[in-house]
Amino acid sequence: MDTPHEAGYDAGVGTGESSPQSVMPRPSGPREARPKDKLHVRGIHVRYANAVPVIFRTRNFFAGAPSSDMVAAMPPVVSIRNLSKTYASGFHALKGVDLDIERGEIFALLGPNGAGKTTLISIVCGIVNASTGTVLAGGHDIVRDYRKARSEIGLVPQELTTDAFETPWDTVSFSRGLFGKAPNPAHIEKVLRDLSLWDKRDNRIMTLSGGMKRRLLIAKALSHEPTILFLDEPTAGVDVELRQEMWALVRGLRDKGVTVILTTHYIEEAEEMADRVGVINHGELILVQDKAELMRKLGRKQLILQLLAPIAEIPASLEAYKLELARDGHELTYTYDTAGERTGITALLAALAEAGIRFRDLQTEQSSLEDIFVSLVGRHK
Amino acid sequence: MSFNHHAVIAIYNFEMARTWRTIAQSIISPVISTTLYFVVFGAAIGARITDIGGVSYGAFIVPGLIMLSLLTQSIANASFGIYFPKFTGTIYELLSAPVSFVEIVVAYVGAAATKSIILGVIILATATLFVPLEVRHPFVMAGFLVLTAVTFSLFGFIIGIWADGFEKLQLVPLLIVTPLAFLGGSFYSIDMLPPFWRTVSLVNPVVYLISGFRWAFFGAADVGIGISLAMTLGFLAACIAVVWWIFRTGWRIRT
Ligand SMILES: Nc1ncnc2c1ncn2[C@@H]1O[C@H](COP(=O)(O)OP(=O)(O)OP(=O)(O)O)[C@@H](O)[C@H]1O
Ligand SMILES: [Mg+2]
Repeated sequence: MDTPHEAGYDAGVGTGESSPQSVMPRPSGPREARPKDKLHVRGIHVRYANAVPVIFRTRNFFAGAPSSDMVAAMPPVVSIRNLSKTYASGFHALKGVDLDIERGEIFALLGPNGAGKTTLISIVCGIVNASTGTVLAGGHDIVRDYRKARSEIGLVPQELTTDAFETPWDTVSFSRGLFGKAPNPAHIEKVLRDLSLWDKRDNRIMTLSGGMKRRLLIAKALSHEPTILFLDEPTAGVDVELRQEMWALVRGLRDKGVTVILTTHYIEEAEEMADRVGVINHGELILVQDKAELMRKLGRKQLILQLLAPIAEIPASLEAYKLELARDGHELTYTYDTAGERTGITALLAALAEAGIRFRDLQTEQSSLEDIFVSLVGRHK
Repeated sequence: MSFNHHAVIAIYNFEMARTWRTIAQSIISPVISTTLYFVVFGAAIGARITDIGGVSYGAFIVPGLIMLSLLTQSIANASFGIYFPKFTGTIYELLSAPVSFVEIVVAYVGAAATKSIILGVIILATATLFVPLEVRHPFVMAGFLVLTAVTFSLFGFIIGIWADGFEKLQLVPLLIVTPLAFLGGSFYSIDMLPPFWRTVSLVNPVVYLISGFRWAFFGAADVGIGISLAMTLGFLAACIAVVWWIFRTGWRIRT
């Protein structure tokens, strides 16, 4: 499923295929007009001003160094600065994290067990107090302006924590009230239907399956129509079919303008869902990158030729191929783009034969997101 | 949004729904145990003690019995109400919601107090089946009922926040509150005690509650109504101060 969002980015200058409205942060239910909404609208215009999305897309920026023009273009919906957390046990779970989440994107936070993903999310949502640093959500400081900040946020926790004796209908209605919204049965019905829980609305929660409970937690998080949704490992314990449904739902939310931040252990999940990926390990954000950028790196392959006889240097006739000589002249490496029209392999092999270079074996290698991840995480041990 | 009344209503309704769901243990069992007290104390002991200060023994113990239930139930309801979400983990939602601590306290304490007041009224109604009763100062009586329910629900709320296990949840009611309530003159006038024990009893805050409540019924009691009221309000103020401190420090709530 190619989303309009992606299409809009890809086109850069607008192909006309994408429908800008579909990514507008349009509240799904009736909402009182607030001054802030003006800002949303302005943001979208900026977003769709032709050049800007291209900058967004291609910038390979690292956390902590958001460029000034980007900030000026559109304020991030979540802005985290120098966030640290030391638990009472003395454990440093987060070490000076800086991160900006753009409005309307799906951001995947990737990291091994104990990396600090849940801690980070818990601080933004107000469950854990930060030791140092500031967080703005929807432009509001999460401590000073906690009411406004939290009204914008929906949270689906990692653990399946639900009441046992309540019914889905009651608990979702409860969540809506808790977040300060007037009752709206139509919205509750819509949310329950969207999550295929409508049939179960009057059953006791303890009679629901694990997957249903997870969906119920999502329903609760969506009950107050948040503009920012945190999903902490949403697909843990969810079967493949349901996972697909869940992703479809998340994309639908993004298309309505909801910003989604999810955590995962699975690289494929980040690959499939996210616009941007952040890698966290030992409480440090070690990489924040546009997924497309990462994928481009993935798109590159290397052809490695084991030579029969070592050569001292690369002949001038092969210069155009930008080969690399390794292992004392025993190995030649050619890097090419699988996405390109032609890889140039045939021509290279012909040129090699002409130059009298013979090889006894060849292999190709592709670095995967997994490799990048493992090497990143390994390096930061 | 200076006061999130939707949230207060949501929490209050949630807690009251829990009450109706567990109607047997929340209402019926205290009524049964109170009835047993009537039978045992009222009938058995009442046959020997004819009257205290001109009030029949059966009637004399009614205010104390109501207070006993009010105290224990307020504490149990409120402590359980806030402890349970901590135990199951559903408190994450409360912590991530745009609600202030004051709103949380109002909702939980309000629901717990409502439940104990209903209970108090039911016990009072039950009592009239056993003994003829006439309430001398109905408004003072109602005032004391509400004041005690709120104060001890607040106290229970503090216990619920403090407790990190079910044992602790039951520790304070079992080891402190129930003994104090029994020794607080529910079943006797402290004037009946030897002077030494009478003086010791005056340290027991429950004495003032029961005494004040009894005054509302019969117009006479062990200690003056003014002192009773002052002591109750003092305890309320102390509970509010502790809750305020919890709110300031996030103690036992946010890591
Ligand atoms: N309340 C706490 N007290 C002390 N240490 C804690 C507490 N909560 C988490 N930690 C520690 O902080 C670190 C980060 O935990 P966190 O839950 O944020 O990791 P995570 O990235 O979400 O891991 P997972 O993928 O397993 O969910 C872990 O080492 C954990 O043991
Ligand atoms: Mg986690």
